[in-house]
Amino acid sequence: MSMLAEAPLKNAVPTDQELIDFVVREARLIDQQRFDEWLDMYADDAFYWMPLEWNQTDPRLTCSLMYEDKLLLSIRVERLKGARTFSQKPKSRCHHVLQTPQVDSRDTAANSYVTWTAMHYVETRLEEQTLYAAWATHHLSVENGRLKIKLKRVDLINCDAAFGNIQLFM
Amino acid sequence: MTRYAGNAEALRALVREQEVHRDVYVSEEVFQLEMEHMFPNSWVYVGHDSQVPNPGDYFGTTIGTQPVLLVRHTDGKVHVLHNRCPHKGTRITSETCGNTGKFFRCPYHAWSFKTDGSLLAIPLKKGYENTGFEQSHAAPGMAPVRHVRNYRGFVFAKINDGGLDFEEFFGESLSSFDNMVDRSPAGQLKVAGGVLRYMHNCNWKMLVENQTDTCHPMVAHESSAGTVVEVWKKAPPGTRKPMAVEIIAPFMSPYEFFENMGIRIWDNGHGHTGVHHSIHSDYSAVPGYFEKMKAAYGEERAKAILDENRHNTVYFPNIMIKGPIQLLRHFKPIAANKTLVESWTFQLVDAPDMLLERTLMYNRLINAPTSIVGHDDLEMYERAQEGLHSNGNEWVNLQRLYSPDEAEQTNVAVNGTSEWPMRHQFRAWSKFMTVGM
Ligand code: FES
Ligand SMILES: [Fe+2]
Repeated sequence: MSMLAEAPLKNAVPTDQELIDFVVREARLIDQQRFDEWLDMYADDAFYWMPLEWNQTDPRLTCSLMYEDKLLLSIRVERLKGARTFSQKPKSRCHHVLQTPQVDSRDTAANSYVTWTAMHYVETRLEEQTLYAAWATHHLSVENGRLKIKLKRVDLINCDAAFGNIQLFM
Repeated sequence: MTRYAGNAEALRALVREQEVHRDVYVSEEVFQLEMEHMFPNSWVYVGHDSQVPNPGDYFGTTIGTQPVLLVRHTDGKVHVLHNRCPHKGTRITSETCGNTGKFFRCPYHAWSFKTDGSLLAIPLKKGYENTGFEQSHAAPGMAPVRHVRNYRGFVFAKINDGGLDFEEFFGESLSSFDNMVDRSPAGQLKVAGGVLRYMHNCNWKMLVENQTDTCHPMVAHESSAGTVVEVWKKAPPGTRKPMAVEIIAPFMSPYEFFENMGIRIWDNGHGHTGVHHSIHSDYSAVPGYFEKMKAAYGEERAKAILDENRHNTVYFPNIMIKGPIQLLRHFKPIAANKTLVESWTFQLVDAPDMLLERTLMYNRLINAPTSIVGHDDLEMYERAQEGLHSNGNEWVNLQRLYSPDEAEQTNVAVNGTSEWPMRHQFRAWSKFMTVGM
């Protein structure tokens, strides 16, 4: 199967392999900087969450590194294209190495599927190359025959460390 | 090679009326002298007393680069101790914060200390008999920072005996703390929501200066705030303005907005932007909040408190507060070209949660290492830190709206795009750098 296009679901209920392929494709779209296609994998009411705290449960009254709805995510994507986005001159590049995603739960009645993926993420700009280790949790559901991300949660192993700029998406 | 140590003349020559020498940003020697003189001679922010609510609670931080501990003693008083064992120098606490119980115990040889620092016990005490131990540097225990002041919950400490006393040092500038605390119906703040930490490869003063730099937002933040404005324009008419847009869009306000908002200048490098209005002025009302303020203060006073819209208040040397959203940023020097930025947020005791929610959203949208607005600023600082190594010009220009008689004036409100606050910060820098030299 080519990774270039999104494969439609074969049946109404996604198989484990389809969930896994979806998560892998998401990382690949980020690595290839195909951000518009990437954004399209998110439901309209989706959130992208990077907690600041180990085992954080509250994104509202506890600060996060990111807790962004689709509007904010699309602003980031637009910004990356901007002619005066100086922190992206030259541009950052990134690279994901995923462990095979594990399907943690499937609740067909609730249209809710959760995967858990251990990963290393490398971001580079100029001479700098920075390695981050994280776990990504994807909450997925089926909308009009397509899988969509409802929530992507990225837990950095050192979430509370003092970082320099993290410019792209993990 | 030392050029500046013990040479007050050379240090003073780094700061001219309208420009400063690049060595204030790039010289490691100047940085070391800041740690030896300027920080110990100043009242430096240590922490908020809500971080140590109970006896035995401690919080570790730095004054300049010196490690210190904020600790609540058994009598309820807050002490600041040098975080160093008098025996062999071991850092006493293993976590940044926690509760030590009735005493500190050094993890190396188990010397123990009361929570005011005084020596409690040494194992095998006999070994020190007849050695003159009582006269040693170790006998008093962990050295306290002698000058400590808790102002409405904000704890400051001064290491040296020289310099100014607390009231002289801060003067009228304390009104920004007053306003931030008064915004709580209970007149009380609590550290809440967690601390964002952001590493900057640049000199700490670049961050301090930037807090009153109102000529950069519409330029440097075109990438972030400008994009927000553009994307928001495409929303269908009648869509409710999201909190995030309310927060970021005002960064794109035109020059006139910043000129008219005004800057106030106080003594000793303190000052604030937003005399008349600020980027925080037009946030939507939070349901139920004004009613609580009215009940606590009466309508007129409640209005007066909330009408104050100070944008950034700089407290020399290295913090900034935002009263209207209860946020404090601490610019912690690590090296001439390295600074740790901590952004702390506060809850207004007895106010609706939505205020804290907004504060946290502001913090992660503007001050996080994952924030697009923060990226814009850091990029500029790091480019400056590199560019200053050019020998084409050794001076940094701070001339905007300079007037020759300004050094003698204090507590004045001026054009919001003036670089007077930066000039004033360097006047203070020069003064506290050379106290007693
Ligand atoms: S170093 Fe602390 S007890 Fe020896
Ligand atoms: Fe800025």
